[in-house]
Amino acid sequence: MSLSPIKKISGRAVPVEGDDIDTDRIIPARYMRCVTFDGLGEFLFRDIRQTPDGKSKNHPIDQEKFKGSTILVSGMNFGCGSSREHAPQAIVRAGFKAVLAGNFAEIFFGNSTTLGLPCVSAKKEDLQAITQLIHSEPATQVEIDLEKLKVTAGKLTFPVTMKASAQQSLLSGRYDAITDLLANLPKVKSMASTVPGPISASS
Amino acid sequence: MGKTLFHKVWDRHAVGKLPDGSTQLFIGTHLIHEVTSPQAFGMLRDLGLQVAFPKRTFATVDHIVPTDHRVEPFKDSLADAMIKELRKNCSEFGVTFFDIPSGKQGIVHIVGPEQGITQPGTTIACGDSHTSTHGAFGAVAFGIGTSQVRDVLATQTMALSPLKVRKIEVRGKLGPGVYAKDIILHIIRTLGVNGGTGFAYEYAGPTIEGLSIEERMTICNMSIEGGARVGYVNPDEKTFEYLKGRPYSPKGKDWDAAVQEWRKVASDTDAVYDDVKVFEASEIRPTVTWGINPGQGIFIDEAIPSPEQLPEADRSSAKEALEFMKFKAGQKLAGQKIQVAFFGSCTNARVSDFVEASKFLKGRKVAPGIRAIAVPGSQGVSKICTEMGIDKIFRDAGFDWREAGCSMCLGMNPDQLVGDEICASSSNRNFKGRQGSPTGRTLLMSPVMVAAAAVTGEVSDARKVFAKA
Repeated sequence: MSLSPIKKISGRAVPVEGDDIDTDRIIPARYMRCVTFDGLGEFLFRDIRQTPDGKSKNHPIDQEKFKGSTILVSGMNFGCGSSREHAPQAIVRAGFKAVLAGNFAEIFFGNSTTLGLPCVSAKKEDLQAITQLIHSEPATQVEIDLEKLKVTAGKLTFPVTMKASAQQSLLSGRYDAITDLLANLPKVKSMASTVPGPISASS
Repeated sequence: MGKTLFHKVWDRHAVGKLPDGSTQLFIGTHLIHEVTSPQAFGMLRDLGLQVAFPKRTFATVDHIVPTDHRVEPFKDSLADAMIKELRKNCSEFGVTFFDIPSGKQGIVHIVGPEQGITQPGTTIACGDSHTSTHGAFGAVAFGIGTSQVRDVLATQTMALSPLKVRKIEVRGKLGPGVYAKDIILHIIRTLGVNGGTGFAYEYAGPTIEGLSIEERMTICNMSIEGGARVGYVNPDEKTFEYLKGRPYSPKGKDWDAAVQEWRKVASDTDAVYDDVKVFEASEIRPTVTWGINPGQGIFIDEAIPSPEQLPEADRSSAKEALEFMKFKAGQKLAGQKIQVAFFGSCTNARVSDFVEASKFLKGRKVAPGIRAIAVPGSQGVSKICTEMGIDKIFRDAGFDWREAGCSMCLGMNPDQLVGDEICASSSNRNFKGRQGSPTGRTLLMSPVMVAAAAVTGEVSDARKVFAKA
């Protein structure tokens, strides 16, 4: 698939505070009863944002001053738990373009990268500083530079990290591997007979 | 210099390097289910692609199936649409589907091993993070997202970067009433819920070798709760014994050849690891979680720690957990009233789990007012339990004996907690809202500890409850 390179993400940012924000919190399983990803954005962080009977808890995401934010800022071990791609799909479908956190669970990170949703890691003190800044000045423009691996927000500047292969794939617009994988299909087919594993007779 | 199982399997399945530096890896076996595959089939259609190796692809339905009333259409129209979609996709693309009428349906990670599909030295992928379970057979098994499900459907490969390998050696003898679940909860508590990020976990040492295959599955299953995407045990005679004669296991001459290959795939004695951690089995006691991630556990005789006692990095999560769980630091969990007992999930719903607990449940009753449900991991498990009379022991005790599925592990079907109910659960995750109620509270523990909680109505030390025969 030919995709545009992703080099910079700019926009306002919204805090989703806490460590270990797991995929059940990003999108509770009861909203995954679906056969497409359409409409998942609506249920993003459902139980963080609303009471069980649907009243708003006035989470920053729902506050007027953070409306239109495109960057999520969170804590350590973001996206832990299930492999559900519904989680990054919900984030993307709610209008977010990047996640800035302490670090990421591996499967979530891979799923997000494939969707062109960069996940960049920052040191705890830098996350605290930017969280404080966007709380006090929500209009602050935040820029994530994926080439230089640097975040700029008002007067704040700090370095971020990202796995090299993910960075490379985003910068080159090859983050969805399907085209590259398909290109090698003849080779895959030629090695198939030597690869162990049960073969179904019934299909 | 010797190689680990992980590296041997990786090297054998590597197709080549991709432009971004990652490896294209051949996936020998692809398992799919109704939640994470429909969108992938949709993407295939959009791209005009076929399933490259339908005969290496196997499907079942587990997450959304009701466990009580199974007549279709399901009451939940969304769930009904999901099973029908999977049926349609399997039929259109020629994929074997262990559907409900087949008698082989169940949780994908229980069905694979039961059918002999899960084999040593293979690579396995499934759109579910508990795919690590299959590592118990010496397979390298990855939980993947839906776009990768599409990749594997279309090419039988996916893009991956190699993992480091950490050997987790467990030595010594487990005490009575201490189970595989306690070992893995203890490992996660010690190494942290993200301690395994970037690693494959190789579980080794005399204690692990002494475990049955089903117990090894419990351990490998929860690798992901420790942050490790892959967990495995080197295959041995027990592995071969378990697989012999199963529907998809090699037969006749092929069997002998396969066993020879499988012996060679185990890590070499001089294999080099990126890290090694050692645990003493004798130090592990029955473990129960008190918080909102699987690393927040304590031994049954310990008190819930105060956040100040914990490393700085764990404090904010501990405070949040205490608030959500409505527990106090210093409190013991023993004696904590429960409302629900859930016996099931891909972690602990195999025949041996039910057999072990039935020894203690026989002649006992679930405490009044406790909702206790037992959900076999597969129709196969259910059948064997029924033949052995195990289901009757559970029913007589007051458990509701259900049909196979994921059920209340994640509450995608009607089996859910209500309000802030506390559930003694043999499942794998205690995340906020995990069991279907946003305020529901989950206490993870071994199946026998669930049985003890069910009969006493409170979190209890099974060793004491069941001491008197």
